[in-house]
Amino acid sequence: MRVVAAMSGGVDSAVAAARMLDAGHEVVGVHLALSRSAATLRESARGCCTIEDAGDARRVADRLGIPFYVWDMAQRFQRDVMDDFVAEYRAGRTPNPCLRCNESIKFTALLDKALALGFDAVATGHYAQVVERPGADGVVRRELHRAVDPLKDQSYVLGVLDADQLARAFFPLGDTTKPQIREEAAARGFSVAKKPDSYDICFISDGDTRGWLTSQLGEKPGEIVDAASGEVVGSHAGTYGFTVGQRRGLGLERSSLGAEPRYVVGVDAPSNRVLIGSADLLGVDLIAADHARWCGPAPAGEVRVGAQVRAHGEEIPAWARVDDTDPQVVHVRLDSRIRGVAPGQSVVLYDGPRVVGSATIASTDRAAAPVPTSA
Amino acid sequence: MSAYLDHAATTPLRPSAREAWLEQSAHVGNPSSLHTSGRAARAVVEESREEIADALGARPSEVVFTSGGTEADNLAIKGTYAARLASVGASRLVVSGIEHHAVLDPVEHLVKRHGASVTWLEPDRCGHISVEGLRATLAAEPLDAAMVSVMWANNEVGTVQPVAELAAVAHEAGVPFHTDAVQAVGQLPVSFAGCGADLMTVTAHKVGGPVGVGALLARRDATLVPLVHGGGQERQVRSGTLDAAGIRAFAVALTEAVAERDDEARRLTGLRDRLITGALGLDLGISVSGCWTEGDATERLPGNAHLLVRGCEGDSLLYLLDAAGVECSTGSACQAGVPQPSHVLLAMGYPEAEARGALRLSLGHTSMEADVEAFLAALPAVVERARRASGAA
Repeated sequence: MRVVAAMSGGVDSAVAAARMLDAGHEVVGVHLALSRSAATLRESARGCCTIEDAGDARRVADRLGIPFYVWDMAQRFQRDVMDDFVAEYRAGRTPNPCLRCNESIKFTALLDKALALGFDAVATGHYAQVVERPGADGVVRRELHRAVDPLKDQSYVLGVLDADQLARAFFPLGDTTKPQIREEAAARGFSVAKKPDSYDICFISDGDTRGWLTSQLGEKPGEIVDAASGEVVGSHAGTYGFTVGQRRGLGLERSSLGAEPRYVVGVDAPSNRVLIGSADLLGVDLIAADHARWCGPAPAGEVRVGAQVRAHGEEIPAWARVDDTDPQVVHVRLDSRIRGVAPGQSVVLYDGPRVVGSATIASTDRAAAPVPTSA
Repeated sequence: MSAYLDHAATTPLRPSAREAWLEQSAHVGNPSSLHTSGRAARAVVEESREEIADALGARPSEVVFTSGGTEADNLAIKGTYAARLASVGASRLVVSGIEHHAVLDPVEHLVKRHGASVTWLEPDRCGHISVEGLRATLAAEPLDAAMVSVMWANNEVGTVQPVAELAAVAHEAGVPFHTDAVQAVGQLPVSFAGCGADLMTVTAHKVGGPVGVGALLARRDATLVPLVHGGGQERQVRSGTLDAAGIRAFAVALTEAVAERDDEARRLTGLRDRLITGALGLDLGISVSGCWTEGDATERLPGNAHLLVRGCEGDSLLYLLDAAGVECSTGSACQAGVPQPSHVLLAMGYPEAEARGALRLSLGHTSMEADVEAFLAALPAVVERARRASGAA
């Protein structure tokens, strides 16, 4: 096959490209330029897409003897990922930009361009597995599975891929652990073998999400309110600095609230208020989510799943069903309550190691009959 | 075997220049040393200087060797600005909006950091800078202008400027005139004395010499404040040990290029016209940018074909052509491997959407008909694919 290897300049995508080449594919390395004002050098493990990163990717491509190009997707990234991120926070939600990037940049903009230019697929350095399995009808279908390395598993951020995208995707690292990948990179002589992992949000290079959002949205002072009493207990500079389940950075006088720790239990953007309350208000077991994406066939009726609401979060046994009237909406009923579920986060549904699909959390609630709260 | 159609970026080293470089590089000797080896190296440098001056209609004392075109442009712009500011207090730079970044960036640096102001001379749709426009600009504030800089021929679209007339207008106003002749030398008749410019930039690797050596031709009465201090080897204006082997190879390549120029220009004009008519004749929604007349080598460089492919992204075209064994360029500057929308096309009045589909095919001394035919043969499938990719993304 003719394959575009998306190369960030990091160790994972370097080994992924090498493995595709070893598997006998015709590979072209492509680095995505996602920043309109790329910095010359990396400053920290955070951030990405500097000119230095593009250079690192190029050196790996040189080493592999494959062609290498930089494709400019900065405008598209700004619109579909960064603007969306800001709009979600403005609306009081907590988005995960990595899912948006995989959905609309890597496996839409990049994949579509690659297909149009005559390629068959895109390979990335994500830790996840594609498993080919014949269905009841004998047709072989591709399934998305968790990676073997539970510490690195990235199937959560790929839960947005539909069957067509999955059919054109390769994740060559899913059967290996991260330490093994680093060893392999060193054995292959890649200069990036010891390069630190990137983490957090790539376009916020100093890791200060609240500060970055303030620069985008400006300060919007409002009240912090006790959810139980309705009493105003503090003030904030913008609801976008808060997310459900957050405990730190509330700036409250402890004395007025007693000794019990307080958490953000709700962000009400229209009234510009942050609601706080005790831990017991945080546990939820009912999730309504929209923007459903299925990695294979959509579930029929109520199905048994494992639900995960954040990257590297715990998987909770649950029942899920697609809404009777709106196929974009999914209802998830968790076996036990979990804390810190914010609208805007994605809920990814698993059947064993297989990713069933994902949806964006719109609202949460508690079932009338109390169920035990998981830790 | 790939078809190399990017001679405006760099052209293959001429075998004679390679030979000359190898020969000279076998000899030790700093041209500034006083002993026998030093004197021998100095003799090679000075003989080369005379040949280069001769080939370019200049005097040997007007040749200031540099590390290439970019340094020569920087020296011309920053050196003249500093000198004129000190001598007459003039702080305005009058510069065409279609210059190479080697001129644009020093100008912007002076504006940002050193209190300079700038008047951009905007081109017409062909890429020509108006002589009357320059006259009017200089007449508006005659005492303020520090210098005028207009390139001899544009590196993207190949438009040739009326350099002698522009220089004359600058001189009427008492303002020094610089021209970047990097693309013109070897393709057009270039005479430093004949054009009247005070300063002219040339470089070796565009005429088949090595990368890393060039020169600023500076009239004897041109005053320049040096950029690089440390020995003053070149007329007290440029410091650094002279590269005798590079300079020797530069002289050999330039002399050969200028000697062959008449025939070569005619040959390249023919290839260029075949390329352009062939591309337009494919009926793929391709147009030629700037102004082009078949057989003409006075308005447009003989070796320059610059095409706009409707509905395509330059980087897709470039990738697909590369995969098909045709090496070319979008013509505009890259940032970290990403072609930026061309400031030249935008200045000429092309909308950004059109400028995105730019493709520069540039011909040189090793170009053959087979290169042009390889490009034309690859083009239909490439355009069809690139157009789909543009729709997809």
